[in-house]
Amino acid sequence: MEPNSGEIPHLTVQNVSTGSGENHPLQQTSRKGVPIALLACALALQACTAGPPAPAGPVPTPAFHPTHETNAPLPDLTSLEVLNRLSWGATTGDAQEIAAKGLKSWISSQLHPGRDDGLPIEARTQIAAMEISQKSILEIALEVRNLQQQVQRLRGTPAEDQARKTYQQKLNSLAHEAAVRALLRDLYSKNQLKEQLTWFWFNHFNVYQAKGELRAFVGDFEETAIRPHVLGRFAELLAATALHPAMLQYLDNAQNAKEHINENYAREIMELHTLGVGSGYTQQDVQELARILTGLTVNQSANRLLRASEGRLSLPIALTVFNPSRHDFGDKLFLGARIQGRGTQEMAQALAMLAAAPQTAHFVSRELAQYFCCENPSKDLIDDMARSWLRTGGDIAEVLQTLFNSQEFAASLGERFKDPVHYALSAMRASYGDTVILNAQPLMNWLNRMGEPLYGHETPDGYPLTQASWSGPGEMAVRFEIAKLVGQGRSGLFKLSSDPGQEPVFYPDIKNTRYAQAVMPSMSPTTKAALSKAQSRAEWNLLFLSSPEFMKR
Amino acid sequence: MYRRDLLLSALSATALLPAGRLYAAPQSDQRMLVVFLRGAYDAANIIVPVASDFYYECRPTIAIQKKDALPLDGNWGLHPALKDSIYPLWQKNQICFVPFAGSDDVSRSHFETQDTLELGQPLGGSRNYQSGFMNRLAGVISGSAAIAFTNQVPLCFRGELVVPNIALNFSGHPSLGARDMELIENMYRGQELAPAVAQGFSVQNEVYQVISAEMLAASRNAVSPKGFELSAERIAMLMRNKFNLGFVDVGGWDTHVNQGGIAGYLPARVAELGRGLNLLADKLGDHWKNTIVIVVSEFGRTFRENGDRGTDHGHGSIYWVLGGSVRGGRLAGRQVEVNQTNLFQNRDWPVLNNYRSMIGGILAKLYGFDAAQIDRVFPSARPEDLDLV
Repeated sequence: MEPNSGEIPHLTVQNVSTGSGENHPLQQTSRKGVPIALLACALALQACTAGPPAPAGPVPTPAFHPTHETNAPLPDLTSLEVLNRLSWGATTGDAQEIAAKGLKSWISSQLHPGRDDGLPIEARTQIAAMEISQKSILEIALEVRNLQQQVQRLRGTPAEDQARKTYQQKLNSLAHEAAVRALLRDLYSKNQLKEQLTWFWFNHFNVYQAKGELRAFVGDFEETAIRPHVLGRFAELLAATALHPAMLQYLDNAQNAKEHINENYAREIMELHTLGVGSGYTQQDVQELARILTGLTVNQSANRLLRASEGRLSLPIALTVFNPSRHDFGDKLFLGARIQGRGTQEMAQALAMLAAAPQTAHFVSRELAQYFCCENPSKDLIDDMARSWLRTGGDIAEVLQTLFNSQEFAASLGERFKDPVHYALSAMRASYGDTVILNAQPLMNWLNRMGEPLYGHETPDGYPLTQASWSGPGEMAVRFEIAKLVGQGRSGLFKLSSDPGQEPVFYPDIKNTRYAQAVMPSMSPTTKAALSKAQSRAEWNLLFLSSPEFMKR
Repeated sequence: MYRRDLLLSALSATALLPAGRLYAAPQSDQRMLVVFLRGAYDAANIIVPVASDFYYECRPTIAIQKKDALPLDGNWGLHPALKDSIYPLWQKNQICFVPFAGSDDVSRSHFETQDTLELGQPLGGSRNYQSGFMNRLAGVISGSAAIAFTNQVPLCFRGELVVPNIALNFSGHPSLGARDMELIENMYRGQELAPAVAQGFSVQNEVYQVISAEMLAASRNAVSPKGFELSAERIAMLMRNKFNLGFVDVGGWDTHVNQGGIAGYLPARVAELGRGLNLLADKLGDHWKNTIVIVVSEFGRTFRENGDRGTDHGHGSIYWVLGGSVRGGRLAGRQVEVNQTNLFQNRDWPVLNNYRSMIGGILAKLYGFDAAQIDRVFPSARPEDLDLV
């Protein structure tokens, strides 16, 4: 395999021995936002409802779901199917946008989104109030490390227990915020393809929140290493994940040093992130890549972080550092190429080689095709996508355009079984449109029950993308229970968890959404027959969300 | 047990009763449970080669000292974390260990090798991901009532038969009423997912009934177990009453860093596993003598510790075979001296006892399968009788 003959991207990481930081492409700025009272958000929500506000007292008046729908025209059925596939689930509003713009133009705007995600104010407000939005990863790491040190200091004393609880609660709260932020964007962002790809790429570069202090880092990993690159160049995405403390800790490269090599990350980069298992690399290559990656680690010293966080407003990342004393500076033979030992530039070279390899183009294109098209994409399709990949230097948007233009994609519409995340989010979008939830915990519980919580896959291979993985008898039974909970409108989504009062009841009125009305005629006779027997709005919702058609996208 | 194609034609002809019993009571008394430790557990620190100086050279910081290990035989000791759970079973001759066990898969990839074990197909050919060995086994055992105690149907149970799965950590009762279930099942009539939908409802109901009945009867128990112990308790309830072929998996064994020696992460995990298995044996009661539990893992770990007080991906592992009628209290299968010469690629345990041969041999004895039947479960395998049952 030839090394990439083009320019080797300059990999800059703070050098731990000098302490001076070079400017890192992913700079974190310290921000202090003004937290906006969530009560104002709730009041704004009430004001929007079409029905009367829920009165205080034991029996709230059901408020019907305000669909925020207009009479603007909807596009044809094929366009609705494309919408279902490119989004987390069709809504009337998004469908109308397709009708207004035309399908091609809409797809293009999804592949090349603007900076504004079009989130409703209630969602933006919730996100802005989060600690992860207001603090840099450095500040968060500092806080978390201080809490951890507190536990050490109090070891053996009666106060140790409480200190440990405080530390754990902090970690849990940070991970919770990250999940809520992701779910709010998934539910309400206009750039739906970007949000799906954020999930997809996180899954591809999976990290598990329960390991070590990763709960403190998953939000930043998603926000800075994944999301900015989801429609960009794969090489940049790969490099960003390789430099993030979450990845370095999760796959143990933080421990990888010349005196004691740890192969874990090297193996998984090739097996799962780039070339794919069995594509021709050897155990020797794994070992050589592990040598190349030695010394790339996570700064564990709180004192160094403190020094780095003082002073300037614009901070280089000091969490990921290169420790030359732990690096193996010998020459390596990696994938047939001689890599001259010289430090972080070896890593840049190796990553560039991996990103540019045809095997990577094929392996990752196949995964994209599986997620966005069909379970067994044809060799021709994968070859086409790989050609686009290699022609454009791994431009993800270009590769996806090739996929979306294909006959295979068109033929696959409406046939892809939804994994639990798609199922839950599409059920929410179909039921509640863009009415912003106040409490994402019920949704997170459903994902848990269905076995696909965010940041919750233990192993680096990420959640599986096949139908057989998610359609077992036990899993179907759980989906139907969740369909019932979503459809009956009283599951705690629209009540602040801190609010002791009653939740205003929103019966989702799916039947009267224009989207549902547009797709119902094309549903099967058995589904229509069942729907016609529904004796209540809640039952109609349950049946619609449980239907074979709704299980697919 | 329903075959997918038969059920589809049956469905189109008749209406389905929502909570109808889809199983007769198991006709075979024999019960089998496979416990898969995902992540490649470090066998060498659990069933410890205490007679080998080489072991102590290879693990300067994490080795289990001979004086701390529970004696199994002259050459091997058991990690003390299993003192109250597995060691009593050893003393009752109800467990044996099969060292140098594994497969021919040398990829050292968790996912690849787990697939290899679960599919149970010969290596080298193309893989059929729709056919796992336990699904084939369920088709060969007459009167089999199979279930996966997992959130999703595992690869080993994929295949022609529709095998249900149930997550064991549920609380509360199923929330859909009979009418809703019937309406939903009608929507799926004649479709690919019809058998899964029907089984999902019926198994959910049955499992809930069994477990709530048992809990009611035992309601004076003070301590409610958690984690794998909770799963093990429920597995026992279900395998006493309804199911005779089960699968469960336990994760968290991939100990590359700081795995612990006498105490620490790995000992804590194996202690939980041990307590669960002990509880399972206890709760099965009279049925324990008709039950066999096979504990496997995709591969073992490097014999030498790495620089992080952990171990990396290896090859040969140690399987556990336990049950009321198991010929236990011994280490079974082919064995060699534990020294550097006998290591595989100078890093791992070798594999001398192939899992397909081992399980094939167990099936022949327990179920009286002939060669053709075993070949259906493990194509082209050579079953070996390791005198485990």
